[in-house]
Amino acid sequence: MVSQALLPENDPIRPGGSTPIGITVDGKPATGLTGQTIAAIMMAEGRLSWRRSSVAGEPRGLFCGIGICFDCLVVVNGERDVRACQRRAVSGDAIEFQHDELPGVAG
Amino acid sequence: MTQVLVIGAGPAGLAAATAASALGADVTVLDSSYDLGGQYWRHLPSTRPTASEGILLHGFERFRELRERLENDSQVRILTLSQVWAIDRNPDTRNAGDSSVGDRWRVHVLQGVPDGHDRLALTIIPDAIVFATGAHDRTLPFTGWQLPGVFSAGAAQALAKGERVAVGSRVVVSGAGPFLLPVAASLVQAGAKVLGVYEASTISRLASGWLPRPWQLLGAPGKAAELVGYVGNHLRNRIPYRTGRAVIAAEGDGRVERVVVARLDANWAPIVGTTRTIEADAVCIGHGFTPRLELPIAVGCALSAERFVAVDHRQATSSPGVYAAGEITGIGGVDAALAEGSIAGHSAAGGSDDEAAMSRQRRLRAASTRFAARIEAAHGIRPGWSQWLTPDTLICRCEEVSYGRLCDTSAHTGSAGLRSLKLSTRAGLGICQGRVCGRTVEDLLGRLAAGGLIDTTSTDRRPIVSPIRLGELAGGTVLPPAPPPPGNTEERE
Repeated sequence: MVSQALLPENDPIRPGGSTPIGITVDGKPATGLTGQTIAAIMMAEGRLSWRRSSVAGEPRGLFCGIGICFDCLVVVNGERDVRACQRRAVSGDAIEFQHDELPGVAG
Repeated sequence: MTQVLVIGAGPAGLAAATAASALGADVTVLDSSYDLGGQYWRHLPSTRPTASEGILLHGFERFRELRERLENDSQVRILTLSQVWAIDRNPDTRNAGDSSVGDRWRVHVLQGVPDGHDRLALTIIPDAIVFATGAHDRTLPFTGWQLPGVFSAGAAQALAKGERVAVGSRVVVSGAGPFLLPVAASLVQAGAKVLGVYEASTISRLASGWLPRPWQLLGAPGKAAELVGYVGNHLRNRIPYRTGRAVIAAEGDGRVERVVVARLDANWAPIVGTTRTIEADAVCIGHGFTPRLELPIAVGCALSAERFVAVDHRQATSSPGVYAAGEITGIGGVDAALAEGSIAGHSAAGGSDDEAAMSRQRRLRAASTRFAARIEAAHGIRPGWSQWLTPDTLICRCEEVSYGRLCDTSAHTGSAGLRSLKLSTRAGLGICQGRVCGRTVEDLLGRLAAGGLIDTTSTDRRPIVSPIRLGELAGGTVLPPAPPPPGNTEERE
């Protein structure tokens, strides 16, 4: 496990109750908490990358975490170019990965 | 009644809104996030209640007071999830020749979930604007920094404080400045093991920056206590804090598996033969902060030599009716931001120049400004860092432009024009609009061009402040009916 969520029982801030929500990530079910961003739900499962870069096709995920870098873009319910670090997940969201090959560059 | 628009709801913006309302102004405070607080007071959503979240956030009680006061103030309208994408001059006042009206700006806003397709377009025409847009991490590039598992220091904080997610299990923190300490503390509090904090500045430079006038810290008590708290956390958790060192490469198959740390000289150049490899799954990087200047630039605010928004003792910018506060005017920390915000809100609401309350805020601001100067003296970026680059190191992450490409293009074209070199190399022209690499590209191209760059423009200029969708630009056709925000707003036609 790399990136991971802190279990509530280990958290010094003593979390109260929160509501789980279910989404799908690349067609597979994933569970998060109401109010979590899409990036946080994916990273809580240990996922670090979900996009391929335009030129070299290299894996990318979250980098700046505050909406500046646009490395974490995903498709949400068919809507492209959504920053996963900024958008909070809604129950039932279907998250797909986007690859932005440039014309004549993709192999 | 004066209509004051505050853009940004971090410490400076919240203080500005509070001060403006106290003088009877009609205040709108807007922020692109779901919640108030900005990056500094990033916190869990209200749907995740906790017993003691305050232990994660310095001055959280102050935040809660400010928020409660603003939320219960009938003169204050709070617009969250509101992204300003452009500001232009109001055509109704441009040629009016009525000096009592002064410059009026139209602030174009999209309201709705981040990057949503069906956001509501609003235009706000205030009498005065307070910019409190803050800053984001400056991250110097190194080989492999595009690998998943490399994060900005701010990302580690945002995920720890706002999500309770640790970006890695074995984490290295590298960069420069006191902000690395709270980042390490946040990581530990989110369950990560922090293998080390590597501060680029050498111990002698840190000493000369911090020690010569220690009594100045007494004027910034909150900041000093905050730093002592972080250092205490370091000791308790036995996180190695090493100076004169930096992560100069990250390696791994599709994600970070190792980082290479080197010793640096006083100029931040890596010393040959001092590298060491550390097994780690994440590395968090921060070399100070870059102010978010696009909106102040859009309304013609003059910048200081250090490239922050220039303000006078009233926090007024060079643009009439426009004020600025917080990190866009200089990196001074939360105490400075709160003091500047109070002064800016007071001034924007038409407050008098010589009231006693403001003199107290000015003393606080002065103490924090000295603190900022010491941070720069001790931790400011030194030019030797470029010696850890290789020809293959990416400089621009979006367009995947390498250092070798920058060097070759500069040599072959002999150009000293930033704009033409950006167009030739595509560095800084990707979707982040040069926010991540812009100043680095300027720095490196400036060194490569004989005699430096000739442009008067900079990578901070972005007429479209935030990427928007074509349907939103068209306006009118896709909009649902406007909600009834009271006050001086109009639905976009």
